[in-house]
Amino acid sequence: MTATIFAHEFRTRLRSVIIWSLAVTALLFFYFSFFSVFADQAALMNQMMERFPPQLRAAFGMDARDISTVLGFYSFIFLFIQLCLAIQAGNYGFGLVSIEESELTADFLLSKPVSRTQVLTSKLLAALTSLTITNAVVWVSSYASIAVFRGDREYDSRTLLLLLISVVIFQLFFLSVGLVVSLLVKRVRSVTPYSLGLGFGAYVLSAFSGILGEVKLELITPFKHLDPARIVRDGTYDTPLVLLNVAVTVISLAASYWLYVRRDIPAVS
Amino acid sequence: MSVIEVANLTKFYGKSRGIVDVTFNEEEGEIFGFIGPNGAGKSTTIRLLLSLIHPTSGSARVFGKDVVTHGPEIRRNIGYLPSEVYYYEGMKVIDLLKYSASFYDRDCTQRIRELSETMELEMNRRISDLSYGNKKKVGIVQGLLHSPKLLFLDEPTAGLDPLMQRRFFDLIREENSRGVTVFFSSHILGEVQRLCTRVGIIREGKIVEISDIRTLQQNNYKKVRVTAPGLSAASFDLPGATNAQTENGTVHFFFKGDINTVLQRLNGLRVSDVTIEEPTLEEIFMHYYE
Repeated sequence: MTATIFAHEFRTRLRSVIIWSLAVTALLFFYFSFFSVFADQAALMNQMMERFPPQLRAAFGMDARDISTVLGFYSFIFLFIQLCLAIQAGNYGFGLVSIEESELTADFLLSKPVSRTQVLTSKLLAALTSLTITNAVVWVSSYASIAVFRGDREYDSRTLLLLLISVVIFQLFFLSVGLVVSLLVKRVRSVTPYSLGLGFGAYVLSAFSGILGEVKLELITPFKHLDPARIVRDGTYDTPLVLLNVAVTVISLAASYWLYVRRDIPAVS
Repeated sequence: MSVIEVANLTKFYGKSRGIVDVTFNEEEGEIFGFIGPNGAGKSTTIRLLLSLIHPTSGSARVFGKDVVTHGPEIRRNIGYLPSEVYYYEGMKVIDLLKYSASFYDRDCTQRIRELSETMELEMNRRISDLSYGNKKKVGIVQGLLHSPKLLFLDEPTAGLDPLMQRRFFDLIREENSRGVTVFFSSHILGEVQRLCTRVGIIREGKIVEISDIRTLQQNNYKKVRVTAPGLSAASFDLPGATNAQTENGTVHFFFKGDINTVLQRLNGLRVSDVTIEEPTLEEIFMHYYE
């Protein structure tokens, strides 16, 4: 690890971290402000929900949760938080080394007396620090919004903890998968389409998995590995799926190091 | 002692050629000119020596160490000025230079100040606001600020005005007189001729000639120009004479061999003007590319 690269990388992402953190906070508070209405009119809500086709309910995970409870409602918002975090982490992953290459600053960095491994480790740790700040903001605003809007309704704090802990696993998945994909393709010209594609793609797969029922799409999408509705319903992780998720992360990271050390840095052409 | 030792170095990008079987040495304290047209493989060679890319086969050693396995160690004493300069657009010049300096375990503040004064570089401007020439100046300061022992200059003068070019050359000569080895890649022969002691000529990925710049000029060819009435190109149909051309009653040609044969031929003529001179590198160079 090189402190200079870490500091430089961290500073580059600081503005993005602040914007994402604010967005996630705003999202949480905005949706949670509707909670008391939903909870009071729970019977009415459930009636309305039943009129929707079951496939649609499944797609939004409405059948697995009771949105009149604190965590049922929270897990519904949490899905959108996950989507935001997926795109953010994907952004950092895809851009980690590819931005230097497309903006042609890689020559500058890699002609310095540092090894590729040092460069990648410093960059990864800097990105992880940035993600952890957003993660911390999610924790704080989750507790804060629940405290503000729950009224006198109780919730299981252990389950909430499970949901919040899942954030870091989730971020690491998108960071490392983004990174390895960016190293597998020849050149990433723009990061955003990739990270949006990966984030939304995984989300849509998870929604489809709900519609199609038995099809094993849950094996490939982290939105199913760490399905908030299921965590709230069962009060526990689906251990095999979480292990699968972590395995993908570890393999992606290992492959990224392997590829990056051997990579030919493209020149101006 | 050889600072750079390159042996049978080959690089293919997939199927397309980078360089093929390149072999040369550069001694300590030398200014080695590396000449070739665009796409000949000059940048590929430099990028291989910096381990920005990896060789397909062959080996390269810098300071006696293999570039593939000892990259970081080697780069501690290398300065690199790329042909196209790109830096972090949002940064200020001074911040970029400080970032660059932070990779070396010595204090570069003094040197940054000296260099930027010499090159008239404004330190507080943003990289994105700089013209190409000014970015090039950032590149020069950035490549020299840690007082490297070996300098890679990849077409360094592009974008610099003539005054700055001269300052830059003075700077390089000064560094060289302190014992710094310079690897100077260029397709502008005049500047190579002004600066370098030895040259390698690369063409389509292969080295076609490596020699002392003097030898290249002296031993090989003379440029002969004769003005005399009734002269034609055929008048100098001698073994060793090439490229004979007639222009307004003046014949000029290149000659390689015993110069006395030319003098004997001239003896029988009533010449109004004769010059015999060393050809410029440009002219020798064109010869290799015919």
